[in-house]
Amino acid sequence: MTEKTSLVTQEMLECKGVWGNEKVSYPISESDIRRWAIAVYWPKTPPQLFWDAEYAKTTKWGGIVAPEDFNPFAWKVPTGEEGGLPFDLPGLIGGMILNGGTQETYLTRMRPGDVISSKLRLASWEEREGRSGLKLFSKYETEWHNQSGDLVKRTIGTTIQY
Amino acid sequence: MAINVSYDNIEVGQELPVFIRKTDFDNWNRFAAVNDEFISVHMDDEMARAMGQPGAIGMGNLRWSYLLNALRDWAGDEAEIVEMSVQFRGTNLKNDVLRTQAVVAEKKSENGKNFVVVNLDVLNQNDETTTPGTATIALP
Repeated sequence: MTEKTSLVTQEMLECKGVWGNEKVSYPISESDIRRWAIAVYWPKTPPQLFWDAEYAKTTKWGGIVAPEDFNPFAWKVPTGEEGGLPFDLPGLIGGMILNGGTQETYLTRMRPGDVISSKLRLASWEEREGRSGLKLFSKYETEWHNQSGDLVKRTIGTTIQY
Repeated sequence: MAINVSYDNIEVGQELPVFIRKTDFDNWNRFAAVNDEFISVHMDDEMARAMGQPGAIGMGNLRWSYLLNALRDWAGDEAEIVEMSVQFRGTNLKNDVLRTQAVVAEKKSENGKNFVVVNLDVLNQNDETTTPGTATIALP
């Protein structure tokens, strides 16, 4: 058996840095935010900032905002045209894939009425020789923007394949 | 205005209050419902066992949320969580008692804003690390 000298595919080389198709959320509602907050704080009461409009007005945010972790893309009607990469994750067939970690940078709060668009790209990769052989560390970058074009958050997810 | 902490009163090495939850289907099903995350390994003990797990396991995304909750509960509504980075290790089994661990590692001022960097983890009842990471928070 020949040892692999690289896990990088031609497809990866062609797609490096290229943004995939955008997906767009439904408008965020106060109810979406309230229910998210209840779920992640269950069984205790979530902070008022996420459900009490009168209180939220008195804060620096001037109204209800969503928790940083809120996902406006849950419960989209499947259309077969969801945004993502223009190719499948490379090296999945017959290999192992692990979640190597997540980094998120938060720039603009999400608010009721916002419509969020998301795009994803393969940003970079690095191959390392480990005890169990060659490993490929790939960084996938996601950006969310609101309807005004403000960057809401940037996510860097690392996958480890071998 | 809810200001829980102010930059000047924080010391490196200071531990933040824990956010603690006993996790089971009560938490996971609610999170699955809001995040549309109905994946067998999180929903069904038998399916999880068929996939090599001891039983259903909790979502890594929920541990992410628990860390943000801990930071928010400490820093208050006037603070801004700027960045968070974690690795997901280990599994969260039913009836585990998860608690966050957060320690101030650094204070810094940049461009007129004050930041603290916090070392993070989510520990289970056996004190095993499950979600090591760091976060940066801008404080009033």
